[in-house]
Amino acid sequence: MITAPLHLAAATDVGNPAVNISIFAAFVLVTLYIVIRASRNNKTAADFYAGGHSFSGMQNGIAISGDYLSAASFLGIAGAIAVNGYDGFLYSIGFLVAWLVALLLVAELLRNTGRFTMADVLSFRLKQRPVRMAAALATLLVVFFYLLAQMAGAGGLVALLLGVTTAAGKNIVIAVVGAIMIVYVLVGGMKGTTWVQIIKAVLLIIGAAVMTVWVLAKFGYSLSGLLEGAVAAGGPDGVSLLQPGKAYGASGTTKLSFISLALALVLGTAGLPHVLMRFYTVPTGREARKSVVWAIWLIGIFYLFTLVLGYGAGALVGPEAIKAAPGGVNSAAPLLAFALGGEVLLGLIAAVAFATILAVVAGLTITAAASFSHDIYANVIKKGTLNPDGEVKVARWTVVVIGAVAIVGGIYAQNQNIAFLVALAFAVAASANLPTILFSLFWKRFNTSGALWSMYGGLISCIVLIAFSPVVSGSETAMFPNADFDWFPLTNPGLVSIPLGFLLGIVGTLVSKEQPHPEKFAEMEVRSLTGAGAEKATARH
Amino acid sequence: MADTTELAGQTPYQRVERSDEFQALRRRFRRFVFPMTAFFLIWYFAYVLLASYAHDFMSTRIGDSAITVGLLFGLGQFVTTFAITMIYVRWANNTLDPAADALRERVEGGAL
Repeated sequence: MITAPLHLAAATDVGNPAVNISIFAAFVLVTLYIVIRASRNNKTAADFYAGGHSFSGMQNGIAISGDYLSAASFLGIAGAIAVNGYDGFLYSIGFLVAWLVALLLVAELLRNTGRFTMADVLSFRLKQRPVRMAAALATLLVVFFYLLAQMAGAGGLVALLLGVTTAAGKNIVIAVVGAIMIVYVLVGGMKGTTWVQIIKAVLLIIGAAVMTVWVLAKFGYSLSGLLEGAVAAGGPDGVSLLQPGKAYGASGTTKLSFISLALALVLGTAGLPHVLMRFYTVPTGREARKSVVWAIWLIGIFYLFTLVLGYGAGALVGPEAIKAAPGGVNSAAPLLAFALGGEVLLGLIAAVAFATILAVVAGLTITAAASFSHDIYANVIKKGTLNPDGEVKVARWTVVVIGAVAIVGGIYAQNQNIAFLVALAFAVAASANLPTILFSLFWKRFNTSGALWSMYGGLISCIVLIAFSPVVSGSETAMFPNADFDWFPLTNPGLVSIPLGFLLGIVGTLVSKEQPHPEKFAEMEVRSLTGAGAEKATARH
Repeated sequence: MADTTELAGQTPYQRVERSDEFQALRRRFRRFVFPMTAFFLIWYFAYVLLASYAHDFMSTRIGDSAITVGLLFGLGQFVTTFAITMIYVRWANNTLDPAADALRERVEGGAL
């Protein structure tokens, strides 16, 4: 049994960049081939936005897990467990339990009533243009936060895995990753994106499974032995790795911050636009149910692996070595791969990590493109007079613009402390999107005014609260450590903004004199529960 | 046909919505998903609050092992999530789907 951490001389010496690059290049070539093959009959808007509604529940479920297990949840959670122990584990629980909201309340009903975007469902019985505009703004904002967080992680990863340490070198790698993503989405649309996510999910889960068994083997297949190893490697305070509170237990405020985060995580997932859009890639509500079931199993099992990987990295690499490595806590999983299987395993995990960024960014980009083109351009600006071909053309241009934003954002965000952005994206999704989705599906009286109050109220309160929180100013780890305008004490706005989003939806509804549309609600309710009249699959792929 | 339905003041969907079968379907659906949602949210927040405010209890070790009560509670969240998923799917396949199919055929077949 190994209890002493491996001391790595300098983390940039870890692994062989040539191996890492070749494995990643092989992944790109294989996926590009599949994307091109899969997208030969990519013609209609339904093909581009929703893969022709023709994926099976299993395929979509694997793709959802590929979309959801982002760099933040793979590298981030493994690293958080390695360094903060138990508190890192809490993240993965919120991320998993959240899927029950999607399974029980959202996925099937949404698939049965919409076509391409979240706004399709909302505008079913509310006034099209204002609701689409608000939903598209919320979508674009969530996607932007999420995208920046993914791309910012890429910089640190590049330094660690490719041995690139100069600023120019990192920028070139980020630009190349962004350019490959644009090609995937332009050529493949939702079909191509889905296949990239499926392949990446399979590689990621197999890679994590191999490492999990490997780590457990080193500790005699004993979870307790592994935990003892992590405690021993954690230094004098190692035992705190097994206890809650290492990251969030310092004071009453940090505990409330944690509860706020927990609320945002559990209610955010079912409001994330790129997750919602995946439900439209299957032909029926029932296949949407199957998708979520597959996703829950894969994501749940993967998070159990990360528990072992996190403590394994703590035990075999050591928290101090991880924190000192370029990329910080994000380097825990790659360093563990190197400690276990040398440069080949590191190369595989490195390639999977890049594939993760690529696949997640592609999913975000196509969501943003659909939202801009379908909701804002075609339905708000052109008032529904645009033909589908014109809409897809606009969507393709949007992909290029968002790809450019991702590259530039990734370059500028590299040295910023913006890890809070993922949690913020979940908070916005839970405050601005989820209340409106649930109200419009379940509450007959709900109206346009309620939707707008809830969406804009949730959105604005999130942004305002985070801007005046300790993550932006007033603390050492803040974005602007030297400024001091933090009057909101919590690091996540969810505890205030989520109840506010729900409350504003109710108040906004009750104060409005808008005439209800019982016939619209009847149609929506019947369709949502029976699947009658839902958009069918257009083609097999 | 459109004329007669408008004269009656109801669209075909409204007539389905008001039918006993649909009302029963909706009641069943809501009676399953709302309590289940309440259950998993309460259990999740009980866990989160325990992790925040019952530090010593959650840090208690099980026997001689390094496994703590908190870890078992956390793994328990995984178990309940998987269990609720399986229970829902079974229930939906056996109870929800047949009733929904029958109603959908009526809507799409135009036999309103």
